[in-house]
Amino acid sequence: MAAKTAAELGLYVVLVEKRQEIGEPIRCAEGVSQRSELRELITVQPDWISTEVNGVRLHSPNNDNVSMTVDNREEVGGYILERKTFDRGLALQAACAGAEVLVKTRATGLIRKDDLCTVSVICQGESLQIEAPLIIGADGVESKVARWAGIDTRLKPEDIMVCAQYLVLDDCIDQEYCEFFFGNRMAPGGYVWIFPKGGRLANVGIGIQGSQSCPGEPIRLLDRFMQRRMPRAKILQIVAGGIPTSGPMNNTTSDGIMLVGDAAHQSDPLTGGGIINAMRAGVMAGQTAGKAISSGDVSTAGLKEYEDRWRSSIGKQIEKRYNAKNFFLKLTDDDLNHLAGSLHGMDISRMDMRDLLWFLFKQNPKLLWNLGVLNLIDKL
Amino acid sequence: MLTVNRYKCCYCGACVGVCPTCALELVETWLEVSAECKECSLCTKICPVGALEVKA
Ligand SMILES: Cc1cc2nc3c(=O)[nH]c(=O)nc-3n(C[C@H](O)[C@H](O)[C@H](O)COP(=O)(O)OP(=O)(O)OC[C@H]3O[C@@H](n4cnc5c(N)ncnc54)[C@H](O)[C@@H]3O)c2cc1C
Ligand code: SF4
Ligand code: SF4
Repeated sequence: MAAKTAAELGLYVVLVEKRQEIGEPIRCAEGVSQRSELRELITVQPDWISTEVNGVRLHSPNNDNVSMTVDNREEVGGYILERKTFDRGLALQAACAGAEVLVKTRATGLIRKDDLCTVSVICQGESLQIEAPLIIGADGVESKVARWAGIDTRLKPEDIMVCAQYLVLDDCIDQEYCEFFFGNRMAPGGYVWIFPKGGRLANVGIGIQGSQSCPGEPIRLLDRFMQRRMPRAKILQIVAGGIPTSGPMNNTTSDGIMLVGDAAHQSDPLTGGGIINAMRAGVMAGQTAGKAISSGDVSTAGLKEYEDRWRSSIGKQIEKRYNAKNFFLKLTDDDLNHLAGSLHGMDISRMDMRDLLWFLFKQNPKLLWNLGVLNLIDKL
Repeated sequence: MLTVNRYKCCYCGACVGVCPTCALELVETWLEVSAECKECSLCTKICPVGALEVKA
C-alpha cells in the first residue's frame, strides 16, 4: 500500500521483495474482521476473497460458547482472504501506479550518507545498489531495515505470538462463523482459531505467547486440537509464523526511514490481526513520503507527520489492546469459564471492549475487581 | 552450535525476529545462521515447529 500510494503521488518507487513469488508461502489466517475496513482502503477484487463470514463464536475452556453474529449486515461481517492473490493484487496495483517491482531481490544492507540511502540488494544472484532519499521498511516480523537504521525491533518472547496453522478439508466446519477457542492448556496465552475458507475448507491454527512456548509447542498443541475436534480432517497446507504483540514501538522513523506494518509492530497485540493496520500505515507512510520528497525534508523531523498520524490512530488502538492482552493473560481457565457463563444468551455483537468489560464486571465484581479490571477500563 | 532441521523448518521468520544478535537471515526457504550466534537458545524456544536446537 505504501508503494501504491507513493507511486500514485508521482514518486519513483522501487518495491523490493525477497521472495520469488509475492504472497507465497502465506503466513496468515487471512481474516479481516470487518469488510468495511478493507473497502475503505481499496477496491476489493473478487479473487482476493475466499469467503465472507457473518459472525464469530467464542468457546470457553469448558466448551460453552458465546456467539456474536452480525445479522448479515453487509458492512460489518468479515472477509477471509486468499492472501496469495491478495498480496499479489496489491503489488499489481503498485506496479500499475508506476512502481518498479523487483522480486527474488533481498535487501542485505543500508547505509545513509549525504541525505541519500544506499540499499544493497541481491537481485537474482546479482549484487546491486539502489540509491534513494527515502526507504520504507515494510519487511515484516523479520525486519532488518529497522535494525540497519538503528531502531531496535527485537521481539522479546512475551512480545511475540508464535503460530502454527493447517489448511484443512473437513465436513464439520461452520462456514458462517469464525471460531475462537480459549484455554490455558489448549493455547497458553493465546487461542485456537477456525476461519472458514469456503467449500469444506478452513484455516485451523493456534497462536500462543512466545514466553509460554517451548520448541515445537504450537504445532504439537495444534495436532492435539485436531485429534480432538476434527480427527478426520485432511491437511492441505502447513503454515507457521510469529506475530509482534508488543504494542506500539517508541520510534518508527529515522532520517530517511519509515517502518510500516509488522516491521513497526503495528499488529493487534490481543488478536494478532495485522493486515488492516499494515495497510493503513502503508497509506500514511506513502502520503508522508509524497510530502517529504516534494518539500525536500526527509529527516526524522520531516517524517514526523507519519509518526504522529499512525500513533494517534493505530497506536492508540494497539496500546489499549496491549493492556487488554495483559489483563486476559491473568485469567485462569476457571475465570474464563465463569465469565463466558455470564454472557450466555447475551447479544454482545454491538458492545465494544469497554462495554463488554463493564458488563462482565457488573456480573462478576469480586473476580474482576481482584484482577484490576477497573484499572484496565480506565485505560480503554 | 545452533542447528536447523531443514526438513522441519517452515521458513516463517519468527526466529529471525527474536534473535538478539541479528544472527539469523531467511533467504527464501533457507535459514542462514551467522557467526554472530551466541547460542542463547531464544530462537529454539520460539520456533513453532521445533526445527532449531543448540547442540553442544
Ligand atoms: C499464522 C498467522 C496468522 C495470522 N492471521 C492473521 C489474520 O487472520 N488477520 C490479520 O489481519 N492478520 C493476521 N496475521 C498477521 C498478518 O499476517 C501480518 O500482520 C501482516 O502480514 C503484516 O504485513 P506486512 O506487510 O507488515 O508484513 P509481511 O506480510 O510479513 O510482508 C513482509 C514482506 O517483506 C519481505 N522481506 C522481508 N525481509 C526482506 C528483505 N531483506 N528484502 C526484501 N524483502 C524482504 C518478506 O518476504 C515479506 O513478503 C497472521 C500472522 C500469522 C503469522
Ligand atoms: S522459527 Fe522455525 S520454522 Fe520458522 S524460520 Fe525459524 S527455524 Fe524455520
Ligand atoms: S541461539 Fe540466540 S543468538 Fe543464536 S541464532 Fe538463536 S536467538 Fe540468535
